[in-house]
Amino acid sequence: MAGSEALVQTVREAVGDGLLGVDEDRAGTPVLIVERDFIREVCRLLRDGDWKYVHLSGVWGVDYLAMGLEPRFAVVYYLYSPSLRQRIAIKVPVEESDAVVPSVVELFPGANWHERETFDMYGIRFDGHPNLTRILMPDDADFHPLRKDVPIGGEAVEFTHNSARLRRQRAGEPPKASLN
Amino acid sequence: MASEPQFLPDEDIMLLNMGPQHPATHGVLRLVLALDGEVVRDCTPVIGYLHSGFEKTYETKKYQQCVTLTDRMDYLNPLGNNLTFALAVERLLGIEAPPRAQVIRVLLAELTRIQSHLVGLGSNGLDLGASSPIMYCFRERETLLDIFEMVSGQRMMTSYIRPGGLAKDIPPGFEEAVQKFIDSFPDRLAEYHGLLTRNPIWLDRMIGVGKLSAEECIALGVTGPVLRGAGVPRDLRKDMPYSGYESYEFDVVTREEGDCYARYLVRMDEMRESLKIVQQALNRIPEGPYVVEDFKLAFPPKQLISENMEALIHHFKLATEGYKVPPGEVYVATESPRGELGFYIVSDGSGKPYRVHVRTPSFTNLQALPAMAKGGYVADLVNVIAAIDPIMGDVDR
Repeated sequence: MAGSEALVQTVREAVGDGLLGVDEDRAGTPVLIVERDFIREVCRLLRDGDWKYVHLSGVWGVDYLAMGLEPRFAVVYYLYSPSLRQRIAIKVPVEESDAVVPSVVELFPGANWHERETFDMYGIRFDGHPNLTRILMPDDADFHPLRKDVPIGGEAVEFTHNSARLRRQRAGEPPKASLN
Repeated sequence: MASEPQFLPDEDIMLLNMGPQHPATHGVLRLVLALDGEVVRDCTPVIGYLHSGFEKTYETKKYQQCVTLTDRMDYLNPLGNNLTFALAVERLLGIEAPPRAQVIRVLLAELTRIQSHLVGLGSNGLDLGASSPIMYCFRERETLLDIFEMVSGQRMMTSYIRPGGLAKDIPPGFEEAVQKFIDSFPDRLAEYHGLLTRNPIWLDRMIGVGKLSAEECIALGVTGPVLRGAGVPRDLRKDMPYSGYESYEFDVVTREEGDCYARYLVRMDEMRESLKIVQQALNRIPEGPYVVEDFKLAFPPKQLISENMEALIHHFKLATEGYKVPPGEVYVATESPRGELGFYIVSDGSGKPYRVHVRTPSFTNLQALPAMAKGGYVADLVNVIAAIDPIMGDVDR
């Protein structure tokens, strides 16, 4: 996107190797891949700098387990600049063994619920969040549903052809031996 | 579903649990209120009662099946949700819908906006004890739902706008039905204004209630009529046009006050602007295909299937395997009646999305409720909720 080179240059000068790479999504939005320790600094730069990325659209996670990518998780931030009428994305890779990312609630109060949702869905913790609790799932849930190793679950719907089998299953009886 | 909110023990403060089953909370929203007499000192929304795991379900469905999930999230903006999903998938596929489909999409998305604002307006009236407006609003909404039924066979869960174009062409009589609506609606709008805009009770309950400044709105990520009601002219249809919105003539409505009355007026004027867009779209529906003519992405016409072997094979492959989407990530947002509605899709190259996140306007806007409610009366709280106009299916997903 036009003008994004200067932005990338400024970010690189500010955080050095904290900027792991620059990508582009399929809508042409630049994606800054940032090390987690620098996320607040990059956000502050984008928000208070000349570009005025003051509007945080949202924060959410991705689990790359089934794609086999390393590290397993990523936290994605999409920011919007009303004056430039452009978006920019930030992606923070997160290791499974140490799934903690600094919170940006201080900079963007609107990130509060989004970070809680990411925690709820992926178990990624946000350091410095004022109230990091589950938001959509029940408090006593012992899993994070959007992780790729959590099955979708579900229950077989009872029809005439399978009702006997399902009833035996529910009662804990072994399935009837088949004739062949 | 959030842990129980903690408040400082204070014998003058009463904790009140409002909802989740409460007619004024527009669905299953629970609010834990700290009340000092009639005044709301603190307010904690507790959500998740309608959480149905849409985002997980998306990962198990083929792209064309996913369309049916989109309109079940924000059930007052079904065609807008279809549109946003279709735009996101089209970006990944690198295709664009044909011009005829683009114009019909815009037309229907604007009719959906009017329909959504009508429900919002009617229920807002009901919340304040005015039970007539909802009857009038639903009368007009009915004619719109009839139009949706005409094109898609469904009144609410339309699934009509699909990646690549539309599900089928518009039926005969569609243009006349829309024109009839356009002709009758300005008078109806005047009727609502007559019922409410200068109504002393309405003014008393609306003006100065639930104030939120532009700075607070931006900090909290609020979008849509609430943000425009605080004087910020932000509308994705103008700022980042999609589906050819740049070629339509309409104004972005703003008000400076930032209270419930401003939000009400913004919605009223937005219906008028939407009507302008509908008229322009209706006048320019071009001839041509309603869906991309690539049988690897869209079903071949029925007639062809019975005549042509290859068309039959394409139909079979599409129905059983779906289409593969090139790997990549995309975030596409549109202006829904409630604000910025965005779909983030990660594709791994298979026929099912790897990850879908929906940035719903209701979820983010509802976050601003405590800021609006604090210091106000508990009786005004229902009004503040109605002015945000959250859809709980959209909040909890």
